[in-house]
Amino acid sequence: MIEFSFIKNILLPPLLEGTIATIKLIGLFIPASLIIGVLIAVARVYGNKLISSLSTIYVIYFRGTPLIVQLFIIYLGLPYIGIVLSPFAAAVIGMSLCSGSYQSEYIRGSLQSIKSGQMMAAESLGMTRAQAILYIILPQALRRAIPAISNNITYSVKSSSLAMIVTYVELTGAGKIIAAVYFRYIEVFLIVGIIYLLMVSVFTKLLSILENKLKIPGLG
Amino acid sequence: MREDFMLIYKALPYLLKGCIVTLGLVGGSLSLGFIIGIPITIGQVYSNKYIAGLVSVYVWFFRGIPVLVLLFLFYFGIFSLIGLNLSSFTTVLLVLGLISAAYQSQIFRGSIQSIGEGQMLAARSLGMSKVQAIWNIILPQALRISIPAWSNEYASILKDSAIAYALGVTEILTRGNFTATRTFKTMPIYLTVAIIFIILTYGGMKIFDLLENKMQIPGYAERRAEFKQDAEE
Amino acid sequence: MQKGELNLNKMQKNKDIVLKVEDIHKSYGKNKILKGVSFEIKRGETKVIIGPSGTGKSTLLRCINQLTIPDKGKIWLEGEEVTHSKKSINQFRQKIGMVFQDFNLFDHLTALKNIEIGLIKVKRINKEEAKKKAMEELRQVGLEQQANLYPAQLSGGQKQRVSIARALAMDPKVMLFDEPTSALDPELIGEVLEAIKMLAMKGMTMVLVTHEMGFARSVANEIIFMEEGLILESGSPYEIFNNSKYERTKQFLNKIDELYGESNK
Repeated sequence: MIEFSFIKNILLPPLLEGTIATIKLIGLFIPASLIIGVLIAVARVYGNKLISSLSTIYVIYFRGTPLIVQLFIIYLGLPYIGIVLSPFAAAVIGMSLCSGSYQSEYIRGSLQSIKSGQMMAAESLGMTRAQAILYIILPQALRRAIPAISNNITYSVKSSSLAMIVTYVELTGAGKIIAAVYFRYIEVFLIVGIIYLLMVSVFTKLLSILENKLKIPGLG
Repeated sequence: MREDFMLIYKALPYLLKGCIVTLGLVGGSLSLGFIIGIPITIGQVYSNKYIAGLVSVYVWFFRGIPVLVLLFLFYFGIFSLIGLNLSSFTTVLLVLGLISAAYQSQIFRGSIQSIGEGQMLAARSLGMSKVQAIWNIILPQALRISIPAWSNEYASILKDSAIAYALGVTEILTRGNFTATRTFKTMPIYLTVAIIFIILTYGGMKIFDLLENKMQIPGYAERRAEFKQDAEE
Repeated sequence: MQKGELNLNKMQKNKDIVLKVEDIHKSYGKNKILKGVSFEIKRGETKVIIGPSGTGKSTLLRCINQLTIPDKGKIWLEGEEVTHSKKSINQFRQKIGMVFQDFNLFDHLTALKNIEIGLIKVKRINKEEAKKKAMEELRQVGLEQQANLYPAQLSGGQKQRVSIARALAMDPKVMLFDEPTSALDPELIGEVLEAIKMLAMKGMTMVLVTHEMGFARSVANEIIFMEEGLILESGSPYEIFNNSKYERTKQFLNKIDELYGESNK
């Protein structure tokens, strides 16, 4: 038992550093994925044929391939054509693009669920398409998409663990290293697991508070 | 450029053999997930509070921890602790199976709950026991309803199977990486790997669509939509 | 008369004509919905369009403010052509107010904000002035107490009155009503008709599509009967209801009378 807490003093610090590295990662790529998601969704629903086809191809590619493969392509494949990225950059870009494609699907579904009358009414007042999308359609669609979006965000938190494959040392990477050094696989990975569970719980709670704050009185 | 295509052509058989490993993992995990998942669901929906509580913990654990972490935990940790000397392939299959069971149990739970109470009441009123009712009446309907969600689960496990790379399983990505690092032609090879996955993903989902069509109960979809509306009012 | 005078007269006469609809055609695929509809409306007039469902009445209204683009034909607002004016269509839409059968209030905004948003984003009025004007419009339809409620919290009749206020706030030259009471419960129809009647009395130029014959009779300067994408007959309420020249019109009116009878008086 004493050894247990002593080990905790040695094991925990690197894991906490890893957690911070993870937070840096998700702090960047989760907001980026939301922005990408909105842009792609709007492009697919309201864009012209070219823009919407390109966006569709983007979604088909990023939803049809594993994130780990995409990371390989960005980190090890791009240098083949002359683009070299740091592990962190590769991880952020890869995860933003991947998660963004999933977010765009949920947001797109949400956009399409808004009654066409809303657009008609906005245009009848003289709003441009862009104004109608920005002030009338998106505010409603994003609210509706919150459950799906927050589900995806928790998924993103977990998928950040793949960053270690491209040698960015975040929580899982730190865990692997420290576990190997001290041969403490079960303790380390249980702790790592618990930290992820905590992060996921915190995010879920925050997002549900956000959902309540944004609720429109009277609407389901 | 031409040499790139020649290389891909030569590497293809090796890569495609990886599909056997990948699909083996996927098929095995989905099946394991199904076999474990159904009893879990029934435990959650039809049993007492304690079992439901245990189920919730199981689901929370296997859905909240990243796949990679679980793989490391089991492969390097738990299995060696209990003396199980399993191959990395078997480990991945087991772990993905346990994870899938967690997700499938919730898919299934949603399907069962969307079937009206009336079905169970009618079955019991005919004298069927709970088990008979579940087996003959509820399950057949719930299974059909779940097909679209299973299509997603297939795609999800297929993508997770590539993480087996981290344990050295010789599936598609591992083989791709092996080829790429030996020939230095990273981009062409990895793109090929990506394309193989795209075909497997969308092809597989298409098969689920066909399955769904085959198993359609005539008129069911419209009737369910009506029923849902009534239930909401 | 000299050439100059002729032109001046023509201009003055045209100034009185607020809306001119000329030979509008519209098809959806193989379905010809509008087969050549034309009419004019002068300032302060109220024209009511009646006719069987599916004869293109709603489509016609939506062609006027180009929410639907007609295949053929032209629309003029106060002498300026609205059709083929892609660049300034938003300017025209500000001057054409539209009230929908399904209200189409913006669900995520309060009643007050529903009215403000057009003023702020389209007319670029500053926030305080927009708020004042919006409150005034709400007062005009008797709903200033409901300013901070959301559409989901309002009754059908209240929603429709807010949507009328929203359209009016833009100071339109003409108001288009697309079956404004068809989606309402019977008890709520009255308050909306009252609001529309008040508008007519204040001299607003209006085109109204409705099934409410009694109301049509009391508020219209001219009734237009449309069938199968064409105007079959038009005339004063008295002419149409009592002295129609066409069998079809009489049939239609009798049918409505059968269905709604006394309550439509």
